[in-house]
Amino acid sequence: MKLSTYNFLTSKSIRGVKVGYPLKLVVSKQDEVEAEFNPTFIERLLPKLEWSTVYLSAEVVGLQEDIPKEFSDDIVSNQDVLQKLHHLLLEVDILEGQLECPETGRVFPIKDGIPNMLLNEDEV
Amino acid sequence: MARRPEHAAPPEIYYNEDEAKKYSSNTRIIDIQVEMAERALELLALPEEEPCLILDIGCGSGLSGSVLEDNEHMWIGMDISKAMLDIAVDREVDGDLVLGDMGEGMPFRPGTFDGAISISALQWLCNADKNYHNPQKRLYHFFSTLFSCLSRSARAVFQFYPENSDQIEMITTQSMRAGFYGGLVVDYPNSSKAKKYYLVLMTGGQGPLPEALGETAEDRKASYIRKRDMAREARGKPLKKSRDWILAKKERRRRQGKDTRMDTKYTGRKRSGRF
Repeated sequence: MKLSTYNFLTSKSIRGVKVGYPLKLVVSKQDEVEAEFNPTFIERLLPKLEWSTVYLSAEVVGLQEDIPKEFSDDIVSNQDVLQKLHHLLLEVDILEGQLECPETGRVFPIKDGIPNMLLNEDEV
Repeated sequence: MARRPEHAAPPEIYYNEDEAKKYSSNTRIIDIQVEMAERALELLALPEEEPCLILDIGCGSGLSGSVLEDNEHMWIGMDISKAMLDIAVDREVDGDLVLGDMGEGMPFRPGTFDGAISISALQWLCNADKNYHNPQKRLYHFFSTLFSCLSRSARAVFQFYPENSDQIEMITTQSMRAGFYGGLVVDYPNSSKAKKYYLVLMTGGQGPLPEALGETAEDRKASYIRKRDMAREARGKPLKKSRDWILAKKERRRRQGKDTRMDTKYTGRKRSGRF
């Protein structure tokens, strides 16, 4: 799972959960893949991202020094930061770990890089 | 008609490792999937030359995702079958994968995606595979959560195999209830094999539906006369006691090696009134 996907995932499908965001990310195994740097795509992605979660995920994988804590409009014009964002969001791959719902504590395991968001009968 | 996989088993069980392997090795399946994904992408009408974030619902082994990659889009795929997703991992697709059930809702934040496609997946939602499943409710839940995770002005295109007209009605009703506009585009409606159903849903107001393929304005008019002629020909047999009928009978007897009078200008003629 890439951290861009993590930024979008919620647990609001569980019955009774209102926001279900951000999920608590625990990483036990991570990898790096290479992806082509596309500044236009990152720019298009920026308004959709929740910045606090971007920073949160950077902390989890130990890249918080690359990413400014607060979102500002300069980021769009700063190629260096865009490049680092690209690395954080699209090149870091979480292979094993878990996501935890902030409201119910329900754990969604991540296996082979695929988060399992399937729910049980009593949760839908 | 071929057996429908929905009747065999639930999707997470039907698409086991054996079935999933077909989607990486069977070139016929691959060709059809890719062709439908290309058409779905065309119907999505994304802005040109802009990389978009697309949701692929029922992405399976990522065949449709590869089409999105070829067009420079990023995608996130969701599927209920772990075996299919494992094939996608083996194929090293660029998109990110999530294991999930579309009937349980889309687990994404509002306004995430610029569009959604789904190839041959929607019909699975029409079945109740577990005793607590209610197809109408699951469809509505699916469409309403999908609506919220799409950006405004985004489209969602579903290629699917409806079993009957009731299923089409159930699906379109629930999608409209969830707030979508749009409708069904049927490509090649006159061909039983090439005929394909695409549900084109729009979030931002009613726009004109795209044209279907393999259908001209003339074809759309009902031509009853031609139909009547065709029905007659389709029966394949000439009118009884007619000259053609008699000639066909004689021909058949000859083929059977039976003694048959030759064909002449008198064959099949009415007798005059003297007898």
